[in-house]
Amino acid sequence: MKLPLSWLKDYMDIDGLSVEDIARTLTFGGLEVEEIRYAGWPMSASGAKDMHSSQRHEFKTEGIAWDREKIVVAEIREVMPHPNADRLTLCDLYDGTQQHTVLTGAPNLFDYKGKGKLPKPLKVAYAKEGATIYDGHAEGLVLTMLKRAKIRGVESYSMVCSEKELGISEEHEGIIFLDDDAPVGMPLADYMGDVVLDVKINPNMARCASVLGIARELAALLKRDLRSLGDFGGLKAKGDFATIEITDPTLNPRFVLGLVRDVVIKPSPYHVQRRLKMVGVRPINNIVDATNYAMFELGEPLHAFDYDVLKERAGKKPVKILTRVAKDGEKLTTLDGVERTLTSMNVLVCDEKGALSLAGVMGGAESEVYDASKEVLDAKGIETKEGQPTIGKASVRGKSTVNVLLEGAAWNFINIRRTARQHNLPSEASFRFSRGVHPAIADKGVSLGLKLMAEWSGGTVAPGLVDSYPLPPKDPTVDVTTRDVKRILGIELSAQQIAELLSRVEFECNVKGETVTVTTPPYRMDIGEGVVGLADVLEEVARLYGIENIPTTNMADALPPQVGNPVHEWEERLRDLLISVGLTEVVSYRMTSAEKESRLLSGGSETHQQIEYVRIANPITPERNVLRRSLLACVLEAAEKNVRAESLALFEIGAIFLPHKNELPDEPRKLALVMTGRRIASAWDVKDSPAYDFYDMKGRIELLLAGLQLSNVSYAPPAALPKKHRDDVSAVEGQVYHPGKCAEIKVGDKVVGQFGEIHPLVKERYELGASPVLAAEFDLAALMSAQSGFSLTPVAEFPPVYEDIAVIVDETVPAARVEGLIRQTGGKTVTDVRLFDVYRDEKIGAGKKSLAYSLTYQSPDKTLTDAEAAAIRNKIVKRLEQEVKAKLRS
Amino acid sequence: MSDQLNDIEKAALDALDAVTSEDALQAWKTAYIGRSSPLMLVFAGLGKLSKEEKPVVGQAANRVKVALEAAFEERTKAVKDAALAKSLEEEQLDVTLPGRPAPRGRLHPSTVQLRRVLDILAEMGFQVYTSREVETDEYNFQLLNFPLHHPAREMQDSFYIEAEGRGDNPILLRTQTSPGQLRAMREYAATNPQNPPPIRIASPGMCYRYEQITARSEIQFNQVEGLAVGENITFADLKGTLTDFARRMFGQHARVRFRADHFPFTEPSAEMDVECFVCGGKGCSVCRRSGWLEILGCGMVHPNVLMNGGYDPKRYTGFAFGMGPERQAMLRYRIEDIRYFWGNDVRFLGQF
Ligand SMILES: [Zn+2]
Repeated sequence: MKLPLSWLKDYMDIDGLSVEDIARTLTFGGLEVEEIRYAGWPMSASGAKDMHSSQRHEFKTEGIAWDREKIVVAEIREVMPHPNADRLTLCDLYDGTQQHTVLTGAPNLFDYKGKGKLPKPLKVAYAKEGATIYDGHAEGLVLTMLKRAKIRGVESYSMVCSEKELGISEEHEGIIFLDDDAPVGMPLADYMGDVVLDVKINPNMARCASVLGIARELAALLKRDLRSLGDFGGLKAKGDFATIEITDPTLNPRFVLGLVRDVVIKPSPYHVQRRLKMVGVRPINNIVDATNYAMFELGEPLHAFDYDVLKERAGKKPVKILTRVAKDGEKLTTLDGVERTLTSMNVLVCDEKGALSLAGVMGGAESEVYDASKEVLDAKGIETKEGQPTIGKASVRGKSTVNVLLEGAAWNFINIRRTARQHNLPSEASFRFSRGVHPAIADKGVSLGLKLMAEWSGGTVAPGLVDSYPLPPKDPTVDVTTRDVKRILGIELSAQQIAELLSRVEFECNVKGETVTVTTPPYRMDIGEGVVGLADVLEEVARLYGIENIPTTNMADALPPQVGNPVHEWEERLRDLLISVGLTEVVSYRMTSAEKESRLLSGGSETHQQIEYVRIANPITPERNVLRRSLLACVLEAAEKNVRAESLALFEIGAIFLPHKNELPDEPRKLALVMTGRRIASAWDVKDSPAYDFYDMKGRIELLLAGLQLSNVSYAPPAALPKKHRDDVSAVEGQVYHPGKCAEIKVGDKVVGQFGEIHPLVKERYELGASPVLAAEFDLAALMSAQSGFSLTPVAEFPPVYEDIAVIVDETVPAARVEGLIRQTGGKTVTDVRLFDVYRDEKIGAGKKSLAYSLTYQSPDKTLTDAEAAAIRNKIVKRLEQEVKAKLRS
Repeated sequence: MSDQLNDIEKAALDALDAVTSEDALQAWKTAYIGRSSPLMLVFAGLGKLSKEEKPVVGQAANRVKVALEAAFEERTKAVKDAALAKSLEEEQLDVTLPGRPAPRGRLHPSTVQLRRVLDILAEMGFQVYTSREVETDEYNFQLLNFPLHHPAREMQDSFYIEAEGRGDNPILLRTQTSPGQLRAMREYAATNPQNPPPIRIASPGMCYRYEQITARSEIQFNQVEGLAVGENITFADLKGTLTDFARRMFGQHARVRFRADHFPFTEPSAEMDVECFVCGGKGCSVCRRSGWLEILGCGMVHPNVLMNGGYDPKRYTGFAFGMGPERQAMLRYRIEDIRYFWGNDVRFLGQF
């Protein structure tokens, strides 16, 4: 809601307050000021510098102030042709003290050119030499200072201004014609200088979507008086120009009609047009402007019908207005010319012949009031015949006055919201109705609208209103106690203090002991009943007391039992371990596409179509229309994005999403790792370091699992990978990895993950470098549940005996089997077995390999002799001979 | 004889003067004080001398030996010193050459900031509580006092999940971590429905909004939600707790201010601003010249939310607050474009 302070001043005295004071008060009171736009209002000392220096101000500020000396109200007494230019005129202008000849190219002065001395001078905004205004011809807003210059041989040093030049609007087609009563010589800033606060209206502040609404809050927050609202002519008596029938009062609790006769449609006075522009509405004519003006002033949206059209439709019968829901498929052409197909959710304002308007959202084309005077129709090229409707509009008959039936109603806000959304018709009216407009203000709105129309059009207000009010809301009454205030806000207030605060926003307060019984004022809809009402009222107490004034305290409540979050803590430890082994964390979009993930499958995207996904119903792009099932696919994409990096070691931790038809999905958490590129980054003395391979990844996994204190870890060769369906995409076919270079990771007998080199066919589908791509995936729940207790290995006191042995075995014998046998046979005394060489040679024989191990023998309670160590070694060798046909290599 | 010894001494000392290397020192030692050196031959010949001559020559030879040995020690030290000096002078590295890179992993900046937030909250007694990312409309909105078709929903456009037959309870990606409030309250309340225990939790996690991806808006972002429920919790406590939090997060001198605001699930609600830590409140481009930065939204838990969570609003009160770690990281590291966060460019990630 844009609030011009000139308008606010109609309702309250703001003397002694700077614009920023007002903006700050509103902002702290829950009405955040998002921008301040000056259009002539004097700027505060700091504000004036804001525009073009780095001086601090608290609000985003735009616009200009008008120099009181140099920009004044003036009158043009005669418009004369320019001697050397057809498109320029010279104005004989009087600024209250002096006569000037002012050069201008304003097209709206051409009509007056060469007509001699004007019978009625034109009131204009006059900027003298040295005044700073916006450059009317520049793109956007560029400040310029008026300087003396010669234009086509005529001296020019001042100008008559357009709205753009004064920062009122974008309009630069012609100069401003002020209202006739504008006092010549008065500084323009005093006459109509303004500043607009752009105020954010939260849903609980719907009552503030009007000048009165904000003025009421501001007055309460500042403890100032609100000027009382006139009764606009006391329209209480029952009017006889129409009847009303409401079908469903829950959808339409109130409907009010008023009538103005003999309205001459014409532009509104300039001060009205200016205010409407300031609030962001385009002036149309005095009828439409009056409905808008009354809405911005009071918050009640109004709708004007052409009464003559309604009478014609009613034939001999009196005009009768009905409100009802639409029939499914019913059609209505709204005033934007669009034929709309309605549903039973939409509420219509109708007469007995049919629909007239889409209630609370948009009027219908047929009954719209518009200027049908002969001049306008001629200008539009519409042929008129007396009594003959043309272009479907009964009122097109070349008449110069109309009778206007004015509607002010209350609607169910949910219904209006849904209707406005359904038909994509956001408007100032639907904005207000869809947030709730109290039915009690409907008659006030209509009365003000009628008054303004009569005033601006020379029409006459018909006596009385027609008012159907079948469902007046009960304005909630809430009991607030001093204890409630203490218990919830933490401040001590007496019942009187509470009553004083709430009275400021017009709650009716009755104090009884420690309890204040408050009744909601009849214009707000945001206060509930019972405990909710209490919270609503306490919010008001807090706001008015000043949230800044509430003290800061520490919680007196006992600290709840500290249970921690072992899963979260474990996951964070995992992250630390991962970065300690040189991996960098990535975080990807959870939304992806089946096509993107299909790249991870050797089978390709056809197979992939069968995979069930959690699908987004309203994706922002087809590339993000499902939730990921594979975390590895995300990390591979991340690697792909960094294809230029010479070395990558990435990981991601996060959920994947496994659907359950029409129910919430599972969200298992995963860890995925990708490594590719050079093992050691190139440097001035490091060139062509080898690429990461399987064992680099394995080394990191070993460090990771050791860091997690996992024991009993084993790595099974690919043959052991089960072919069955697994929960994530990557395992569906088991072909993510090179079949000879992958392994399943087990802790005890539980599978916790797999890793390996990405299958060459899979790799082809990614834009990755030439180096092998290593990947690993873990299921975090499985990994975490594999945790066992920590057991410390005592630090040995007696010296160890070291010995190397090399055995020759068949290629098919896995190294892990040999090591297992060594450890098993050696028992506790063999404290370490480290493979230090794998060797293949013709001398050993084809299909054979030599495995060389460093053994450490150590006893916890004595110094071992060489002989004792040798005895164990012999046992080991013998066992290896028996079990895997190993031969000791000498 | 003594002339001979003097000659030996002189020749040895002269030779020693020319010695400049370790090798030459060893050669000199062998030649002049070694077992078959002329001096040692003198010692060896002592037995052949007369009783009178023996002590005289012996003494003189001994003096020469001591002198040569001392000279040798001295020369050795000089040679070593010279060698060291030479090597120190010669072994000059180009210290401007880059060091050899050691591999180092990095945490994602969101994780870094999430940890900062959660660490501070943990010290204040707020335990981490995590909950699901795909939610029902009921948990994401209805139970949080966003009724169907309520205007407040417009502030949070959602991604919906394809599902049938769910009526007014569609499945969606959570737009806020607040559903965690309900899940936590219900979980806690279930342990003792008559006397639900007090709660103090911090709920981190990814949230989603239907937005265009631009420098300022993203379709996913992290949030941390705080919730405290008990029998004596006031708005003043909310202010105290968050003021403490801000001091821990932004420095002991950080000033904060609270403004009235509106959230459906809290009432009264407020927005907390912290004085801009970039310019110290003077006004800069980061705070858009206002001197203040919007940091979090907060408020007293709405009675409907307490009730929905199994806590009687007549007996229990509570406060809740929510903040965005990415926004904080953007302010802290002056990240101008939010799209960096999920862009996964290692040139960005490597800087944290
Ligand atoms: Zn700043």
